Amino acid sequence: MHTSLLLLAALAAIAPLLGMAYLAGRTKASRVAASGAKMHSRPQQYGWFALMGVALPGFGVAIAGGFASLLGWFDTPWPILLVACLLVGVGGLMTAVSLIRPELRARNFLEATVRRILLAASLVSIITTIAIVLSLAFEAMRFFNMVGFWGFITGTQWSPDQAFLEGAGRASEDASFAFGSVPLFAGTFMVTIIAIGVALPVGLFAAIYMSEYASLRVRGLAKPMLEVLAGIPTVVYGFFAAITFNPFIVDAAAWVGIEASYENMLGPGIVMGVMIVPFISSLSDDVLSSIPNSLREGAYALGTTRSECIKQILLPAAMPGVISATLLGISRALGETMIVVMAAGLLPNLTANPLETMTAVTVHIVSNLTGDQEFDSALTLSAFGLGLVLFVITLVLNIVSTIMVRRFKQAYD
Amino acid sequence: MKLKGTVNDPRMQRRYRAEKRFRLYAMSAVLLALAFLIVFFADIISQGYSAFYRTEVQATINYNDRVEMGDYRAAVSDEIRTVVSRGMLRNLPREVRDNPDLKGTSETSWMPVKGEIDQYRKGHVDSLDEELLASVQRLDEAGRLGFAPNWAFFTNGDSKLPELAGIGAAVVGSVYLLGITLIVAFPIGVMTAIYLEEFASDNWLTQTIEVNINNLAAVPSIIFGLLGLAVFINFFGVPRSSALAGGLTIGLMTLPIIIISTRAALRAVPDPVRMGAFAMGCTRWQVVRDHVLPVSLPGILTGTIIGLAQAMGETAPLILVGLIAYIQAPPTDITSAATVLPAQVFTWAGMPQTAFAEKASAGIIVLLTVLLSMNAAAVFMRRRLERRW
Repeated sequence: MHTSLLLLAALAAIAPLLGMAYLAGRTKASRVAASGAKMHSRPQQYGWFALMGVALPGFGVAIAGGFASLLGWFDTPWPILLVACLLVGVGGLMTAVSLIRPELRARNFLEATVRRILLAASLVSIITTIAIVLSLAFEAMRFFNMVGFWGFITGTQWSPDQAFLEGAGRASEDASFAFGSVPLFAGTFMVTIIAIGVALPVGLFAAIYMSEYASLRVRGLAKPMLEVLAGIPTVVYGFFAAITFNPFIVDAAAWVGIEASYENMLGPGIVMGVMIVPFISSLSDDVLSSIPNSLREGAYALGTTRSECIKQILLPAAMPGVISATLLGISRALGETMIVVMAAGLLPNLTANPLETMTAVTVHIVSNLTGDQEFDSALTLSAFGLGLVLFVITLVLNIVSTIMVRRFKQAYD
Repeated sequence: MKLKGTVNDPRMQRRYRAEKRFRLYAMSAVLLALAFLIVFFADIISQGYSAFYRTEVQATINYNDRVEMGDYRAAVSDEIRTVVSRGMLRNLPREVRDNPDLKGTSETSWMPVKGEIDQYRKGHVDSLDEELLASVQRLDEAGRLGFAPNWAFFTNGDSKLPELAGIGAAVVGSVYLLGITLIVAFPIGVMTAIYLEEFASDNWLTQTIEVNINNLAAVPSIIFGLLGLAVFINFFGVPRSSALAGGLTIGLMTLPIIIISTRAALRAVPDPVRMGAFAMGCTRWQVVRDHVLPVSLPGILTGTIIGLAQAMGETAPLILVGLIAYIQAPPTDITSAATVLPAQVFTWAGMPQTAFAEKASAGIIVLLTVLLSMNAAAVFMRRRLERRW
């Protein structure tokens, strides 16, 4: 039986029941009202009350049953579960309708229930964060138990070949492997530095042009153009970097007389920089545009040129915003995956030359999780160790950036 | 006499030059971005447009006994057999068995040629096996080779033979994925935004949720992939490579985007609307349902479309939950193995044959067309439907 059909069938069974409950509740309330009693709430609200009477216990049973079979307490076949839901729902309907009398505060009940449902929905985002932290921490713990935390953080040798064979069930006697993540992070930092080196000047100057120099018409053209840049999926940037840009860099380097690898970090770095440009430019543009004109006029009155005004008045005022945009850009570059997966190499290489083959953290997260490895192997779990460190770094950057914005927010007026 | 501070003052002229230089830097930044965009689109289109047509050969197919027995090679002449795509011939025995009337007849039709011949005729590769080249030239002179629109690219699934590979299965997978993403992210996202904007009082829980959502929006997408792998696949037992696993993962990723844009839309509704409704005796939920939501709906939908466009281009987390499987047929269910358009592009980009690079570029053209139209639709909706107060 197809899962989607099954869900549709369940929905088809429950929907009429819900409709029936609403109608039954409303009808009864109207009848009571017609008999001269003064009702606390409107008839529709009694209808909704009856509907809740079906939905809450019904979905409660469904979720409880689902969880129970998931955790393996007992396995309920789905027809039984569905019938149980419907029975509980019918029970709920009867109870709810029989509860309807003039003094029942259906409106208050409805209001409180809606509030609780909305609160429950907003807890999903918290649960997501907790799930991220727990799943990363839990798997990473298992990994650190195998290889040791300090060796992972400070080791300069990443050669998990033996772990790979072990994971494939072909462990040899002298099983020696090293999980030193420094070469991987070196590549990630290299690509990030190049990307920010491209994105910060271009993004900032583009923002300055759009908010200070451009006419409304030019601005109306340039802004959507930069937004197009932001809407291009990363896999497309990766394709461009791998197929067009890296070969171009190799040719260019050969023309100058330098040898470059086809898996160099310069290409992905520059392409990633272009990807981050709209990010920095739009945030900086917002900050620059929010600076009141009185500052500019004051500067002009003192005889500054536009650029002097920008450099000495506007940029210092916008600095917190620009820095926070840059931090967010760095955090994006660190976590960016597709560009480096497609254009950078797999070979860990601790070098300062961006034209050599290098690899990045995210490349290894992807490659370690796409093979036919046992999930318990050190190689697979190493992806979670790398992911945890990446998550912590980006989290710190995001928090610092948020604090920057809050602390140094200029209040004009 | 030169006066200080006038246009003729050399120091003033230096300052004016500095001004011009600065302006030039600023303008060149925008031009640089524009130049990249032009080079980028020109590059992708020039590499990919040729995948929308293909070389076909006029072949006479004999549905004889040997074909029915499974020897599909007997269906065409030797010369045709060397150039025509193997994948097309392989289907012939089944066709005969399914349709016995065909037996003993022969039919002349245009069939796709092998990928390398196609690439050669499009000028993407310079060399071709000599024997093959001779056949191709002979057929070409006889007018039996020609270009035709490659509709199969839109309907076929992935294939090991580049001439038969298409984005059909991936597109269906993407639709499934977006559907699940929408079901997961839209209600929860809108409800969260309503709670935070309209219901919640400013206490520690609300602040925690707010900080948390902003952080979630900035978590790298690959971390969501790890989450999906550890939680949905390993803990909840959702089948790997399924649209369900991918949709749940991407749904959680899209959630903050929808929450943030919905909050902005709700905040844009001026307070007098709420106060008027409250004054008429509405409860808070009635105010939201009947007054705030209807007027903010265009804004909410705009944000949702932008969120979905982002979800559609996402690849990294989907690779981790296995949506890069080799998929020939479109998924029939949310739990069956599927792939999505960007993942298909990624798979093809990693193939050694030039024909697949062409396919990947064409896939990108389709993907970008869809994404840009989604974004354009969002902008259009915002302009046309959004109410100004």
